[in-house]
Amino acid sequence: MNAARRAGASHRGRPRGPGVLGVLGELLLTAGVLLGLFLVWQLWWTDVMADREQAGILDGLEQEWGAVDEERIAPRQDGPPPVPATPEDTMVFGTMHVPAFDRDRFPLAEGVSLEQVLNVKGAGHYPQTALPGQVGNFSVAGHRNTYGRVLEDIAGLEKGDPIVVETDEAFYVYEVTESLVVMPDDAWVIAPTPDESGAEPTERMLTLTACHPMYSARERYIVHAEFSYWTDRADGIPEALATAPDAAEEG
Amino acid sequence: MYAWLFRLLPGPLWVRILLTVLVLAALIVALFGWVFPAIAPFMPFNDGLVGAVAATG
Repeated sequence: MNAARRAGASHRGRPRGPGVLGVLGELLLTAGVLLGLFLVWQLWWTDVMADREQAGILDGLEQEWGAVDEERIAPRQDGPPPVPATPEDTMVFGTMHVPAFDRDRFPLAEGVSLEQVLNVKGAGHYPQTALPGQVGNFSVAGHRNTYGRVLEDIAGLEKGDPIVVETDEAFYVYEVTESLVVMPDDAWVIAPTPDESGAEPTERMLTLTACHPMYSARERYIVHAEFSYWTDRADGIPEALATAPDAAEEG
Repeated sequence: MYAWLFRLLPGPLWVRILLTVLVLAALIVALFGWVFPAIAPFMPFNDGLVGAVAATG
C-alpha cells in the first residue's frame, strides 16, 4: 500500500487519472495486505492476547489457592479421589500440567464455548462429561494452533506420559493410554466408556481433544488417558511433576 | 486510487504522511480489535471440539 502511495505521489501533477486497471491492481494489493494482516492476527496476536490472559488467570489462582510447596513430593493417595463440585459455566476451576509440553501449565475452565472459554482462558471441560477424579470420562478441549495453543504439542504425547490436573484441593495424575485421529462428529471419544458405548463406566478416564491436522480442523486429534493416582495439594507436588531427578529422591 | 486519496489530504507533505500513518494505525487497531475477531469463527481451522457441542460452541 505504501509503495503504491509513494508511486502515486511522485506522479502528482500529471494530467492522468488512475485507470481502471490501476484501481483494480490497488484493490488486489489491498486484499493481499488484508489477508496477510489476518494471518498475523490469527497466528500471532491471538497467542499474545491469550497468553497474557492466561498468565493473569494463573496468578489469580495462585493468590486464591495459596502457593504449592514445590520442594516437597506429595505421597500417592490410592483411595478414591475427591471430586470437585460442578463448576459454574466458564469458571476456571483448575489448571493442567503436561510435563511433555513446552509450557509449564495452563488454566482449565468449565465449558467449551470458543468465545468465552477456549479463545481466552485455556482448556475447556466438556460440561456433560465427568469431573476430575470422577468415574467416567473427564474430557477437555483446547486450541492447537491459535489463541495460546495450549494443546500445541498434543501429537508428541506417548503412552505412559503423565497429564496432571490441579484443583484447589488435589492433583489428579492420569497416564496416556492411546492417541487417535477421528472425524469431528465422532463424539463417542468423549463418551463415559469410549470403547463400548452405553456400558456403565467403571474407570476414571481423561480425554483431550484438539484440531487436526495442524492449521486445519478437518479431523480431531484425541488423547485418552487413565487415572493413576492423586495427591493432596497441601502435601506438595505429585511425583509426576518433579522436574529435577534429585528433587524426586529427596521426597 | 491511493494516490488520489493522498492528494485529498490537507497540509504539507509531512502532515499528510503523518495522517497516513495515523489512518493506517487506526485501521489496524479496528481490524485486530473488531473485524478479525468477528470473522474468525467462520474460519475452518479453530474448532477442536468433537460432537454436537461443536455446533453451539
